[in-house]
Amino acid sequence: MVTIPAFLILAVVIFGIGAVGVLISRNIIVLFMCVELMLNAANLALIAFSRALNIMDGHAFVFLVLAVAAAEAAVGLAILITIFRNRETINIDRFDMLKW
Amino acid sequence: MISLDTIIFAVSALVAVFGAVMMIGQRNPVASVLYFIVSLVAQAVLYIQLGALFLGAILIIVYAGAIMVLFLFVIMLLNLRGQEDLGGRGPSIGRFSKYLLVTLLVIELAMVVKSSVLPNADVTGISSMVASDFGSVAGVAELLFGKYLYPFELASVLLLAAIVGAVVMAGREKAGDTSAATKPESTSSGSSIGGAGD
Amino acid sequence: MTEYLFLVPILPLAGFLVNGLLLGRLPRPVVSFLACAPVGLSFLLSVLLFFELKELPPDARVIEQVLFPWISSGSFLANIGFLLDPLSAVMILVVTCVGFVIHLYSIGYMHHDPCFGRYFAFLNLFMFSMLTLVLADNFLFMFVGWEGVGLCSYLLIGFWFEKKSASDAGKKAFIVNRIGDFGFLIGMFIIFWQVGSLDFRVVMEAAPTVFVAGGALITAACILLFMGAIGKSAQIPLYVWLPDAMEGPTPVSALIHAATMVTAGVYMIARSNVLYLLAPDALLVVAIVGALTAIFAATIGLAQNDIKRVLAYSTVSQLGYMFLACGVAAFGAGIFHLMTHAFFKALLFLAAGSVIHAMSGEQDMRKMGGMRRHVPVTYITMLIAALTIAGIPGLSGFFSKDEILWKAFSSPYGHPVLWVIGFLTAGLTAFYMFRLIYLTFHGKGRMDAHTREHLHESPKSMTVPLMVLAVLSVVGGWIGIPHLFGVTNFFERWMAPVMSGAGHDAASHAPAAGGGDTGMEVGLMVATVILVLVAILAARKVYGQTPELSTRLREKTPHLHRLLFNKYYVDEIYGAVIVRPLVNMSIFLWKIVDVLIIDGLINGFATIYDDISQLLRTGQTGRVRSYATVFVAGVVALVAYFLLG
Repeated sequence: MVTIPAFLILAVVIFGIGAVGVLISRNIIVLFMCVELMLNAANLALIAFSRALNIMDGHAFVFLVLAVAAAEAAVGLAILITIFRNRETINIDRFDMLKW
Repeated sequence: MISLDTIIFAVSALVAVFGAVMMIGQRNPVASVLYFIVSLVAQAVLYIQLGALFLGAILIIVYAGAIMVLFLFVIMLLNLRGQEDLGGRGPSIGRFSKYLLVTLLVIELAMVVKSSVLPNADVTGISSMVASDFGSVAGVAELLFGKYLYPFELASVLLLAAIVGAVVMAGREKAGDTSAATKPESTSSGSSIGGAGD
Repeated sequence: MTEYLFLVPILPLAGFLVNGLLLGRLPRPVVSFLACAPVGLSFLLSVLLFFELKELPPDARVIEQVLFPWISSGSFLANIGFLLDPLSAVMILVVTCVGFVIHLYSIGYMHHDPCFGRYFAFLNLFMFSMLTLVLADNFLFMFVGWEGVGLCSYLLIGFWFEKKSASDAGKKAFIVNRIGDFGFLIGMFIIFWQVGSLDFRVVMEAAPTVFVAGGALITAACILLFMGAIGKSAQIPLYVWLPDAMEGPTPVSALIHAATMVTAGVYMIARSNVLYLLAPDALLVVAIVGALTAIFAATIGLAQNDIKRVLAYSTVSQLGYMFLACGVAAFGAGIFHLMTHAFFKALLFLAAGSVIHAMSGEQDMRKMGGMRRHVPVTYITMLIAALTIAGIPGLSGFFSKDEILWKAFSSPYGHPVLWVIGFLTAGLTAFYMFRLIYLTFHGKGRMDAHTREHLHESPKSMTVPLMVLAVLSVVGGWIGIPHLFGVTNFFERWMAPVMSGAGHDAASHAPAAGGGDTGMEVGLMVATVILVLVAILAARKVYGQTPELSTRLREKTPHLHRLLFNKYYVDEIYGAVIVRPLVNMSIFLWKIVDVLIIDGLINGFATIYDDISQLLRTGQTGRVRSYATVFVAGVVALVAYFLLG
């Protein structure tokens, strides 16, 4: 029997993988995708809670999170395109001009 | 006795994690995207197992179908094939400490989960009794247009702003082939009546 | 007339302000007039006030004028007030008379100097300060004048400040004075502490009851006040500034360092005679210091070649006489000698100035000689002054010096040893004075041809003051002729009320102390005169008739001569023992404490912050991933906190 905490822990694990990805990858595209992964993990947790508490508010929450994730991906990628035009690189470590 | 639920859960969980892990270290970004989609599909199965029928569908349609396609478009636009030398892998001590940190985080969050108190959580799980229209479109719609009307409308404004921003930023000064990068966005608008992309 | 008392010091102050503020840019005659007129008016006023004072009965000969309260804090009250009694009347007469004469002299002497206006402005400021000093009615206001004359001394000694030796001398004078002033201040504090006021009349009345006669407090106070006098009046050990002060213009030396400022210490002690009579130990100190200084300075004067230096040491020596007088409770005699000394010492300096003027600036006596033919008026007046200081009977110096010697012998506070020291000093004085006369005015001229051509007598503006002072030197003593000649000692009678009766009685009406009375007095007088004549003849022989004798004398006693010529190396000793360690300590404090420690500490703080910032800067890598890592670390910590807490 699958209990809700199992789902939650799965969500935590996926979140952790996403976090590792964000910290490790130098490719901006992959970085973005890891961020999306983290968002997804949160969504999963929300759905699980929603089931546990037998209310649908979690679903509505996830819906809106999806919308926001989409918007953020779009704008982020637009920015990526812009800076790629200047720098011809997607190595995030190259974009370090805001330093001391 | 291992029920079907458990098997489905286990398989989906494994696939999701597998896809996520494989996504990270790929040289070719297109491969990363594809692995992510695999993970997403697995997660959709988990959603459905939890009774979120509508959202499971939406996840596939919007996320895997639109957002990931957007990523692919951008990758293709920038002509990235993974040939770029991303300059070595850095000092492993840094990477190790990051692994360590995240592991700590996961452990802590797991502890949080363990210490939480949920009604019926450890007893029934996904076999708990829920309303018949739990997770249906009508149910979600009722909430979105009722209780959460303001956030809903604001979300659509947000999407509008995103569109405008993306167009302005990514567009060139002269007429160019920019619309391709932003078109999928307009179709993935989560506006009103659960619009499906085309 | 009494309401114009305050004008006596204020008029010269006005002269100072006008000349000073206009920077003496007015034409010379105007500046001279503006400077001399106030002093002349002050002199006239002093004379009128003197006569007015004379009208009053002897017991009540006091005119007081309080302008306004200066400090009124709690129970302490110090006024800006002026007190005219017999003592201060004598002082203002002397100061304004000699001051006026010297002002006139300066018009001619400083004629070629570009800073004419500045000179007279300072001179007027000095007159103001000195008159304030002698007219003040309380210790604090007197101290204002005291400091003022010190300031003017500095300004005028270093008048030609472009010359390093002159500005150094000015600094030396001021600094050495300061040491004395420290003692003066502590003495004043003790008096105020015990009596509760610094007003002269209050203190003198209360002192016998407040202080234990012969007690530690009053003795300490008196000795400390005397310390101020040591500094101001150039006694041992603080006399070193006076010879160097000769760097200033000669009229300045005459006025400040002969006639007036250096006598301020004597005046102060005379004014405080009530206090000193309560502290016999302090009187003894005063007498001993005075006597030792007198003979010590006289020996140095024997070997000096600069004409002004000889006169400077002579001043120190004569001041020693005055303090000797005060130290044996013969305050009146001390003031009497102050008065006569003002006349003849000013005359000596002004005449020396005339000689220097004639010699186109040369001051070394070895380069002079035979001047009497070229500057006859100067010669005669200077000769009169020399006879006076030596103590030839009939001249003023004789009466005043003799009074002191007699009192040193006979006063209950005196002692025959003190008399012996004074006696020997009188001989030395005569000797070095006539050495000066013979070297300068007699014999063959030793100056070079160029100077010889330019020898000329000084203008009237310089010689007339000389003549005036010569007359005063002769007749000035006739008001103090001792009883034994059968005439009333006017001076003593005049000063009696001020000398609280005690000094008057103690010193002059107790002939029993020294044994015998008139006979003894005459005997001592005759002995002194004989010694003086012998000294003069000796000087004539050594320096006048056979000049080679002086050279042979010097060769026979090279060490002694060198010791005397180098003023017993006192300046060098002071330099090594006092100045050098102070300078080294200052350098230490500067280099080590200030630069190394304090600056190092402050800069160290700044450097620490700099280094911390450098360290913190490295956190701003500009790389998103490191920021994200830190972010995650923060989240981990936060969650842990909530988990565990």
